[in-house]
Amino acid sequence: MIKEKVIEVLAQYKDCAPEEIDVTQSFEELKLDSLDTVEIVMNLEEAFEIELKITEELKTVQDVIDAITKLV
Amino acid sequence: MSIKITGTGSCLPSLSITNHDLSKILDTSHEWIFSRTGIESRHICENGLTPIAAEAGAEALKDAGRTIEEIDYILCATVSPDYATPSLACMVQQELGGTCPALDIGAACSGFLYGLDMAQALIGSGKAERILLIAAESMSSTVDWTKRDVSVLFGDGAGAVVLEEGADLLAISIGAVGRAEPLFMKRPAGNCPYALPKSGDVYLHMDGQEIYKFAVNAMVRDILHVMEAANVSAEEVDYVLPHQANLRILDAASKKLPIPAEKFLNNIRGTGNTSAASIAILLDEARKSGTIRAGQLLVMSAFGAGLTTGACIIKWSKD
Repeated sequence: MIKEKVIEVLAQYKDCAPEEIDVTQSFEELKLDSLDTVEIVMNLEEAFEIELKITEELKTVQDVIDAITKLV
Repeated sequence: MSIKITGTGSCLPSLSITNHDLSKILDTSHEWIFSRTGIESRHICENGLTPIAAEAGAEALKDAGRTIEEIDYILCATVSPDYATPSLACMVQQELGGTCPALDIGAACSGFLYGLDMAQALIGSGKAERILLIAAESMSSTVDWTKRDVSVLFGDGAGAVVLEEGADLLAISIGAVGRAEPLFMKRPAGNCPYALPKSGDVYLHMDGQEIYKFAVNAMVRDILHVMEAANVSAEEVDYVLPHQANLRILDAASKKLPIPAEKFLNNIRGTGNTSAASIAILLDEARKSGTIRAGQLLVMSAFGAGLTTGACIIKWSKD
């Protein structure tokens, strides 16, 4: 459920199909820079009603899913 | 009692440095800077801040049809004056003349909005009839030019307005949440033998990601707040003049607001982030280009170190 929602938020931001998002990929591999990361984190915070800290450990989509799983 | 803007002026130093110029002295590139900020070039003061601040002030006075002797206060919004003391406002007074009180406002990038708020209070209380508000920065003197992260973002410049009693300012809201670590600049340590040793340098430091988040949230919140306070709808807003920190911040904020993105004015491409000066410069340029005309509704919004924020709604009355 969390995974699907994270993918949905990412796909919406990137304007691509959810199937194109591979959770093992890093933001860099998804061609997203540091400011894109902030915006996606902000969108995720809104979608999950949480506060998500941006840290060096948030490298891949899976890292984000894991971080959110701990919070909800 | 409200205030109106009776004159505007601005001054950018003649030296302009492009991203390509920077790529020769720093490990960076035009593509990197432009894609993340919307900045292509910025102006740099070669000879201090006072001359350009004074020139912007003189231009605003001329536009208002006023002399410096008719001014009751000189307020300067800045974090990068030539001297820690005297204030920039006093140095401007040395250039322009007059004997009125002169002082600086330290509210970082929100300084111009803080200045408008102070001016409204001074004019509203009867302490002043006419105020010269100058927002001026020499950010190039604050950043570490051996590092690429912050130095490429900023630029120098000055903007000014003359404020008098009127009915232009429909709503204004300023605020602060005291926190240093996301954006700060320390003073030199000094050599007091009794003080504990200080760590760190005197350059401007910024946590870009945290400021980005703060900025987008603050802009959205503050703009909606002043629109409600002035009972103004998104359709009625003619232009938004946001603090020019980063084009990506403006895009992100405009997407979350009911005001269409094309109403957000920007000039960051050729100026970089000029901190307190950015809205004042943008206002003067938009007037000179004929974009802003009498009768229009303008929204201004700023955010910066402090952390400070400010927003206002102006019914522009000057031709």
